[in-house]
Amino acid sequence: MSVLVIAEHDNAELKPATLAAVTAATAMGGDVDVLVVGSGCAAVGAAAANVAGVAKVLVADAPEYAYMLAEPVADLVVPLARNYAAVMAVANTVGKNFMPRVAALLDVSQISEISEIVGPDTFIRPIYAGNAMATVQSSDAIKVITIRPTGFEKAAAEGGSASVENLPAAGDPGLSSFVGEELSKSERPELTAAKIIISGGRGMQSGENFPIIEAVADQLGAAVGASRAAVDAGFVPNDYQVGQTGKVVAPELYIAVGISGAIQHLAGMKDSKVIVAINKDEEAPIFQVADYGLVADLFKAVPELEEELKKLPPA
Amino acid sequence: MKVLVAVKRVVDYNVKIRVKADQTGVDLSNVKMSMNPFDEIAVEEALRMKEAGTAEEIIAVSIGVQQCQETIRTALAMGADRGILVKTDDALEPLHVAKIMKAVVDEEQPGLVILGKQAIDDDCNQTGQMLAALLGWPQGTFASKIEFSDGKANVTREVDGGLQTLTLNLPMIVTTDLRLNEPRYASLPNIMKAKKKPIDEKTPEDLGIDTAPRLTTLKVAEPPKREAGVIVEDVADLVNKLRNEAGVI
Ligand SMILES: Cc1cc2nc3c(=O)[nH]c(=O)nc-3n(C[C@H](O)[C@H](O)[C@H](O)COP(=O)(O)OP(=O)(O)OC[C@H]3O[C@@H](n4cnc5c(N)ncnc54)[C@H](O)[C@@H]3O)c2cc1C
Ligand SMILES: Nc1ncnc2c1ncn2[C@@H]1O[C@H](COP(=O)(O)O)[C@@H](O)[C@H]1O
Repeated sequence: MSVLVIAEHDNAELKPATLAAVTAATAMGGDVDVLVVGSGCAAVGAAAANVAGVAKVLVADAPEYAYMLAEPVADLVVPLARNYAAVMAVANTVGKNFMPRVAALLDVSQISEISEIVGPDTFIRPIYAGNAMATVQSSDAIKVITIRPTGFEKAAAEGGSASVENLPAAGDPGLSSFVGEELSKSERPELTAAKIIISGGRGMQSGENFPIIEAVADQLGAAVGASRAAVDAGFVPNDYQVGQTGKVVAPELYIAVGISGAIQHLAGMKDSKVIVAINKDEEAPIFQVADYGLVADLFKAVPELEEELKKLPPA
Repeated sequence: MKVLVAVKRVVDYNVKIRVKADQTGVDLSNVKMSMNPFDEIAVEEALRMKEAGTAEEIIAVSIGVQQCQETIRTALAMGADRGILVKTDDALEPLHVAKIMKAVVDEEQPGLVILGKQAIDDDCNQTGQMLAALLGWPQGTFASKIEFSDGKANVTREVDGGLQTLTLNLPMIVTTDLRLNEPRYASLPNIMKAKKKPIDEKTPEDLGIDTAPRLTTLKVAEPPKREAGVIVEDVADLVNKLRNEAGVI
């Protein structure tokens, strides 16, 4: 039995979430192969070959895979998947897009966003915004799985020596084409990879006020996130949203500013190691999960926090 | 074009669910049920298409127990034209729902099917993609904008890095994200009118779909509880504790 992990990358670099997927695949037992699908992605293939525990790397490098459109990617993955006991991808917007298509074409049920592996056919996954954890057993011959990277340790990026094999492209069915993208540019770490995150909610009142949060983020080397309410109100772009239907994060430190703590928000951050809440309402539900709560007006507390951090001697 | 909208009956998003003591599932007795919020967005988008002259007829489809009729009625009250209830008491997986939806699509021949990106009960985020695969159609998932021109559609998608726009051939599948629109409330006259709109009933067997489970739920447990911590005095106290107690900064 072997497992095929589909790498997360940006055609230049292998993303750390892939290392979590390799750990999950290893826990299933058997060999772990990694598939790199992309365009101009040879460097990613080489990086994947170095990951500890990887047996073989398959690289499908073709222009039609540049943007990971679900239709051509699924057509590539489906015949490959038939050689494996399981295929696994990270539950990000790419994996969530093409993997169910793969599962349906294989006539199997996908197991979404697993956070733990109990055995080769048994997995734990959150349901109802993480308010319950379901243990499910799959009877399908091929398991199609997406993983929550926060649930798994990262495999070592170095130490492996897998073989690399180039695959022919499977062609483009011509159903969809890429038009353009608007990506948020930031010097700060990516939300799902950051060790520290500071998020703002409706309490921020406007996008113009987010610089006070960004100033703290810069002191801490943190990423900036937001609640749905802050995104819906247009304070920040959609990719800032943390929660049940946004990004799931589990940093060392999560600072929630002007966020009430609705279950949909908690679903995305309650596995953070240390949670800080800054809110002027002492009854706000966020305080029930916060390790450190500060009942204060954020417009006073956040600039003060920046000042205190500036004064702090290096650790 | 004809537009099909999938509407799932789920526990209302405001309800704090409870896991059953015997760990066999979630306690759904006497719990408020509503239309999945992403499906309200799907219905709204179809209505706006009709108002813009792009859609002629809107059909709301729900699959599940008899009470799913109420969910269909909600869609009809918002403005959908008719409903289809595929009735079953079996617990369905997204693969089954997609197969049933495909059978309905084969009968109805819509130009577009809109689903939610995610049902807030199972949090699967699969059904639309699976339906697209079974039909051999393109998929515009996590949509925040849809525009039609020249027999194609431009769909803007909420992705991890920001926004991505694709051109998709029709017919196609769209799954909704939160920013696509803000769903309307049904007005009282429309709620009254909806009572007269037709709802067709069938079963998975009528459609020739096997709903034998592929997944068995062995256990449903409470997640680990997080204890509330301490309230700090002021910002200096907070920074001190983060440095010297938690050691995270
Ligand atoms: C289908 C669905 C999916 C959803 N998905 C998500 C999701 O993924 N992520 C998510 O976050 N939400 C999600 N939500 C929304 C969620 O239910 C809440 O509405 C949302 O999280 C609220 O955001 P908020 O805490 O910023 O706003 P509010 O609940 O309005 O809270 C604002 C807080 O700011 C505090 N405040 C105001 N002014 C100040 C001040 N000057 N100083 C200090 N504190 C102040 C207030 O006391 C209050 O507690 C979803 C909802 C639905 C229905
Ligand atoms: N039983 C159902 N009846 C109608 N629509 C459904 C059903 N199950 C799923 N869907 C649709 O598929 C979407 C995604 O569901 P899921 O893949 O379960 O997260 C939902 O938002 C609905 O639009």
